[in-house]
Amino acid sequence: MREQTVRQDFRAIQQLVRPHARILDVGCGEGDLLELLARESRADGRGLEISPEGVSACLARGLSVMQGDADRDLADFPTSAFDYVVLSQTLQAVINPRRVLGELLRIGDRAIVSLPNFGHWRVRLDLLVHGRMPVTGSLPEPWWSTPNIHLCTMRDFVELTRDMGVRIEACFPFADARRPRAIDPSRAIENLRAESALFLLARD
Amino acid sequence: MDDSASLDLDGAPRSGVMRFGREKPLRLDSGGVIESLEIAYTTSGRLDAARSNAVLICHALTLDQYVASSPPNGRRPWWSSMVGPGRPIDPARHFIICANVVGGCMGSTGPSSIDPATDQPFGLSFPFITIGDMVRAQAMLVEALGIETLFAVVGGSMGGMQVLQWAADFPERLFSAVCIASAARHSAQNIAFHEVGRQAIMADPNWRDGEYTAQGVRPEKGLAVARMAAHITYLSEVALHRKFGRELQRDGLSWGFDADFQVESYLRHQGAAFVDRFDANSYLYITRAMDYFDLGAAHEGGLAEAFRRARDVRFCVFSFTSDWLYPTPESRAIVRALNAAGARTSFLEIESDKGHDAFLLDEPVLRDAIGGFLQSAALERGAS
Repeated sequence: MREQTVRQDFRAIQQLVRPHARILDVGCGEGDLLELLARESRADGRGLEISPEGVSACLARGLSVMQGDADRDLADFPTSAFDYVVLSQTLQAVINPRRVLGELLRIGDRAIVSLPNFGHWRVRLDLLVHGRMPVTGSLPEPWWSTPNIHLCTMRDFVELTRDMGVRIEACFPFADARRPRAIDPSRAIENLRAESALFLLARD
Repeated sequence: MDDSASLDLDGAPRSGVMRFGREKPLRLDSGGVIESLEIAYTTSGRLDAARSNAVLICHALTLDQYVASSPPNGRRPWWSSMVGPGRPIDPARHFIICANVVGGCMGSTGPSSIDPATDQPFGLSFPFITIGDMVRAQAMLVEALGIETLFAVVGGSMGGMQVLQWAADFPERLFSAVCIASAARHSAQNIAFHEVGRQAIMADPNWRDGEYTAQGVRPEKGLAVARMAAHITYLSEVALHRKFGRELQRDGLSWGFDADFQVESYLRHQGAAFVDRFDANSYLYITRAMDYFDLGAAHEGGLAEAFRRARDVRFCVFSFTSDWLYPTPESRAIVRALNAAGARTSFLEIESDKGHDAFLLDEPVLRDAIGGFLQSAALERGAS
C-alpha cells in the first residue's frame, strides 16, 4: 500500500468507530492505527501482530498487543469481546480468509475489513495488456514473493459476505486523489473504480 | 519487626530480614501455620514520595533475593541483564524488592530453620507450602515496607507463577505484571522431572529422612544428581550441543565411567556447585509447591475466573521458542485466560535457541520489550 492510501484507510476507520469503543486491530504492525484510535476516539484498543519487532514497538508505545497470527490465534479471544475488530489490508494474505472473517465477527460485534480490489481497472488492463500478474500501487510485489495469496475483486468479496450471512453496513472505496464516499459495492462500476475498499460488516 | 533494609537513604542495595511476630502468623494452604515468619529480602533504589515506584521481583526455584546485588558468598547477582543501572528495572527509577521465598534456604523461614519447639531444624516437620503461601508472605513484606500498591511484579519460571498468583489474589495491589517463561500449572512432564530430583535426594543414604543436619551429614550426592537432571531441562538440545557437542575431556576414551565427555564434566560441576549453596529439604518443599500449582483448578470456572478481578492490571507475558520446560502453549493458555477476563494483555514469543534459561540471559528482545512496557506503564500511571 502506498503511504497516502494507508493513511486514508486509517482515517476512514477512525471516522467509522464510535468513541470509547473496544477495538481489536488484527495485524496491527507497530500500532499506528491503535494509537490514532486511542488518541482521537478514546478507544480501548488491543492488537494482534505476527512480528516480534512490531509487538516490541507497540509495547514501547503503551499499547496492549499479543503476538500471533490471524489464521491461528483469533481462537484465543472470547466471543463478543470487542465492539470492532479491524483487519486492515490483510484478509488477502491469510491462509483461510473465510474462516478468519467468521472469527472476526465472532470476536467482535462488527468487523472493519479493508482489502485491495483485484477488479480495479488498472489491474484488469495490466493483465489484459501484458498477460502477467499485475504489479500496481496497492499490489507492489511480483507473484512469487507477494504475501497476497488470496486476492479477490470487490464483487467476489460481496458474494462471500452474502454466502456467509454477513451484512455490509457501509463500504468506502479508495482510489487516487478521490475522497472516500460511501458506495454500493455490488455495482460493477465501483468494482472497476476502487483500488481498494473498506467494509463495515456485521452479523446478519 | 526488624526493618534493617530501610526504605530509602541513599538508594544503595540493602539486605535484611523482616521478622513477623506470633501476632502475624502465615496461615498456609496446607492447613499448617508458620508462627514466627522471617522473610529475607533485598532492596535497591529509592521509594518515591508517592510510594508508587516499587517493583517486586519473584525468584525462580533455586535462586534467591540477590537479584541486583551480590550475596555474601560473592556470587554475581542473578539478573544483571534486567536489573541494575541502565537496565529496564533500574534503581535510579524503581524501588526494587526481592525476597527469598518461604520454604527457601537463604534466610527466609524454611525446612532448615530452627523449630523453636525442638531447637532442631524443622526438616520434614516443616509444613507443606504452596506458591500461594509464598505470595502471601511477600504481600506481608510489602505491606510491612509501607507499600500499598506495587508498580510491577516481575518474575520468570517459578517467579512467573508467583506473578500470576499475585494477580489472582491481590489484583488491587498491583499496577502491572510481567510473567516470563512460566505456566499457570505444572504439566505431567514438569512433575515427572521434579519427582526424579526428589527421588535422587531421598535415595541418598545421607538424607536420613530429612534429619541430616542434626546427624551431621548432608545428602550431597542426591542433591547434585537432582540438580544435574534439572539443569538439562533448563537448556535446549541445540544450546547443549553448541556448547559441548561430543567433545572429550582428554584425548581418547577412558573405557571407564569417569567424565569422558565435556557435557558430563559440566553437569558434575553444576551439581557440585549447587550443593554448596542449596538445602536438600528446601529443594523437596519448593519443587512440591510448584507441582501443586494449578491456578485454574483452584478457581471454579478455571483460569479466566482466577484473573476476573485483575482486569485493571496491565499484563505482559513472554515465552521462548526453544523452552521445552514451559513451552509457548503454556503462556498462550495464560494469555487466553487473561483475554477472557478482559485484562489488558500483551504477549511476545521470543525467538531463542537457549532454552528455558534464556530468561536469565542477556536477550536484547526481552530486555527492550520489558523496558518499553514498564516505561509506558510508568507514563500511564503518572497520567492516571
